[in-house]
Amino acid sequence: MLSIYKKEVRSFLGSLIAYIVMGVFLILTGLFLWFVDGNSIFDLGVASLQVMFDISPYILIFLVSAITMKSISDEKRLGTLEIITTKPITDLQIILEKYFAALTLVAFTLLLTSFYAYSVYNLALPVGNIDLGSMLGSYLGLFLLAACYASIGLFASSLTDNQIVALIISMVLSFFFFAVLGMLGDLEILDKIGRSLNWFSLEFHYNSISRGVVDTRDLVFFLGFISVFLGGTKLVFESRKWS
Amino acid sequence: MSIKVEQLTKIYGKQVAVDAISFDIPTGQIVGFLGPNGAGKSTTMKMITGYIPPTSGTGTVCGIDLVQESIEVRKLVGYLPENNPLYLDMYVKEYLEFIAGISGVKHIKPAVERAIEMTKLTPERHKKVGQLSKGYRQRVGLAQALIHEPKVLILDEPTSGLDPIQVVEIRQVIKDLGKDKTVLLSTHIMQEVEAMCDRVIMISKGKLVADDLVTTLTQDGKSLEDTFRSLANSDNHVEHI
Repeated sequence: MLSIYKKEVRSFLGSLIAYIVMGVFLILTGLFLWFVDGNSIFDLGVASLQVMFDISPYILIFLVSAITMKSISDEKRLGTLEIITTKPITDLQIILEKYFAALTLVAFTLLLTSFYAYSVYNLALPVGNIDLGSMLGSYLGLFLLAACYASIGLFASSLTDNQIVALIISMVLSFFFFAVLGMLGDLEILDKIGRSLNWFSLEFHYNSISRGVVDTRDLVFFLGFISVFLGGTKLVFESRKWS
Repeated sequence: MSIKVEQLTKIYGKQVAVDAISFDIPTGQIVGFLGPNGAGKSTTMKMITGYIPPTSGTGTVCGIDLVQESIEVRKLVGYLPENNPLYLDMYVKEYLEFIAGISGVKHIKPAVERAIEMTKLTPERHKKVGQLSKGYRQRVGLAQALIHEPKVLILDEPTSGLDPIQVVEIRQVIKDLGKDKTVLLSTHIMQEVEAMCDRVIMISKGKLVADDLVTTLTQDGKSLEDTFRSLANSDNHVEHI
């Protein structure tokens, strides 16, 4: 049990990718929070991590795709997929263990920013005077959003034996589902269809949870979204059996 | 019967890769699976190991159906795929522990020790797979296949790309394994079959062309190589035991 999960986590930690992802995420969010003129906490004078939560979805599109790009594509390239799929373990289990390994790394990366949250908590006047509900909601939203990106990334990784191709497919799909759907939804000519398109965008549900109100409809949407892409990954896995 | 296939067929699009092959392999036999490149050897092996399902036909390993109970079959089968795929950045022990884990082995440490000993990997056990010579990598591939003590071993070209000394060593390892396991190995080297196998199954263009004991095929003075050539060129001719 969990052999694949352990192997994946270990290979993340043994490769540079994990450290680059964590470092880049901390540095970028840190820059925007504290240093970038006009938007930083000192300029705004508000003790909140809102700036970080606004910018993170875009940074994570790249970083999560980088985490998942190797997952399956590399096994295809090396041919080891044939070894693990002929062991007494189901395709679904392989996919889930790989997925949760990627998710572990994502969660850890997000946790690193709790350092910023602590700083903001202490900067507030009086200390602790922050909108905690909104902050926790935003963290939950960000984690669920990254979990969706990870499912997209795993799906993209199953489509090809080339990591770079997987990275690009994953980034394009993630950007599409986060931002482009919403932009399409705002087009006036689309009218009602537009509004329903909007409902399918990740941004819509991310913003909704970020307000600090955890609505079951948003949770169901995120879990459904993840299931669809993991299901798609399983279909691609099984496609070797069709012909 | 350890392995039994009946009318096993695989069709890719319009191309018939494996055409209604049937054979039985009793427990404890080492069988050489011969045929020119593209004859369907690898495809047949992939079907027995459950990597791909047959288009039609049935098969069992130790009486268990290949398609219906694929997971159960995989517990009984050890498989070394063609070209011996490996994770080059893992350590030998780490890799074998990983494989033992996904093979459902309960006591991982002793199983890894045993596999390392059987394939004589002991001096290289602490190295990374990528640092090993081709011969030792092949042993890691074999160790990976037999870590869960399978009853049946399916080896796809286990000696390809090795130097003559390594070939002899790997053959000895396989021969030792064959003492208590059923082995089906593919190759296109005739001497290898004569050196290791009890029996030969030959296929050509997806069809079975010969299935006989090595001693029978070579008894009238003909070399196995001549038999192979004549059989590979003539379709549909089946010799039976």
